[in-house]
Amino acid sequence: MTQKPKPTAEPAAGADKRVRIARRVAAELADGSLVNLGIGLPTLVANFIPKDKTVFLQSENGFIGLGPEAAPGTEDWDLVNAGGKPVTMVPGGCYFDSSLSFAVIRGGHVDVTVLGALEVDEEGNLANYMIPGKMVPGMGGAMDLVVGAKKVIIAMEHVNKHGAPKILRRCTLPLTARKEVDLIVTDMAVIRVAHDGLILEQIAEGTTVEAVVRCTGCQLQIHQKVGEF
Amino acid sequence: MKKIQTPQEAVAPIPDGAVLMIGGFMCCGQPIRLTEALLAQGTKDLTVITNDAGFPDRGVGKLVVAGRIKRLIASHIGLNPTAGQKMNSGEMAVELVPQGTLAERIRCAGAGLGGVLTPTGLGTQVESGKRKMEIDGRTYLLETPLKADFALVKTSVCDRCGNAFTAKAGKNFNLVMAMAAQHTIAETDRLVEIGELDPERVTIPGIFINTVAVQGAR
Repeated sequence: MTQKPKPTAEPAAGADKRVRIARRVAAELADGSLVNLGIGLPTLVANFIPKDKTVFLQSENGFIGLGPEAAPGTEDWDLVNAGGKPVTMVPGGCYFDSSLSFAVIRGGHVDVTVLGALEVDEEGNLANYMIPGKMVPGMGGAMDLVVGAKKVIIAMEHVNKHGAPKILRRCTLPLTARKEVDLIVTDMAVIRVAHDGLILEQIAEGTTVEAVVRCTGCQLQIHQKVGEF
Repeated sequence: MKKIQTPQEAVAPIPDGAVLMIGGFMCCGQPIRLTEALLAQGTKDLTVITNDAGFPDRGVGKLVVAGRIKRLIASHIGLNPTAGQKMNSGEMAVELVPQGTLAERIRCAGAGLGGVLTPTGLGTQVESGKRKMEIDGRTYLLETPLKADFALVKTSVCDRCGNAFTAKAGKNFNLVMAMAAQHTIAETDRLVEIGELDPERVTIPGIFINTVAVQGAR
């Protein structure tokens, strides 16, 4: 392996990057699907689900039909999301307890889970729950979600805050799960995890295949027709 | 008819060193009046099984901050910075359990099962020291039951038989925990007479409840 040159940071502002990622992930969600969105960036995806699609959101703490955050003054503390924030419920939803919630998750009844990541590698391994000695928040529901959901989409910025790749040959941090990631959507690219490695399928408007390759810590197979998003 | 007590009376039998389950998810569906009574009582060296370390200024999180918990078994501690500090300093032992596994380990204790086979955690640190079994070509981890001396659960409405309803997303761990402890204390917002709670709305059958705790009532 040759050492890759140090990647250069993208000029786009942080908020724009996040919107670009969220909008692209939303385009992956099929009409009628049941989806679980992780805390942080993945939560933004809900804002970009096209109006002509019916997508129900599952909240790991015990309901289907997660709606927008509650407006100030209307908070109901019996109805919070997985981050503990008061939210609303859309018509057609239902409540259940944690055991059933994770039966839904582990049992393959969730079509798509969207999660953030610290690292992802070319085998589809995911690390997103701890940095030993520094940050140990715990896995919460993430390990069950990635094992149980039919499709696992990682939504994250392509490089970390120091400009180093987050997509690697092998994860260096403790794993959340092995070989469960299906698709990686970043501010620079859409990358599919295949049995023999990663395939670059789309690049973000304004970037180049070369820039994506430079900011990625492992080999990428370049799709014959790389699209733009 | 169950014992009806104040939160203070209800937690009085909990000794130092007890193993407790406490319902709730980021304080939603958490028996806050019971955790406050426990805090005031000064009970310490607790082993606490709960979904998360909550927030530093509420519920279980306050027990963490006050140093009352010797060992915490939870799925997430990220929103209570004190929990991470106490874990790193060795003051509090923390066992992190995937949330779905936590729910099933508690449920199987209350359901008379010897454990549960789950694919969650395979190939991660979670599998360390656990037996693996292959069933129909797929590998699973054997996760064992989690029991407790006391469970503290939250209910919105409870009748004098202990039949209870917990509203909305507050249900979370309250049912499985009520099943898995030697003695279950149900905090309720509203105590009603027998017959007033529609049996169709019961989310925790009264047979799992030993004591109903309600502010100021008899």
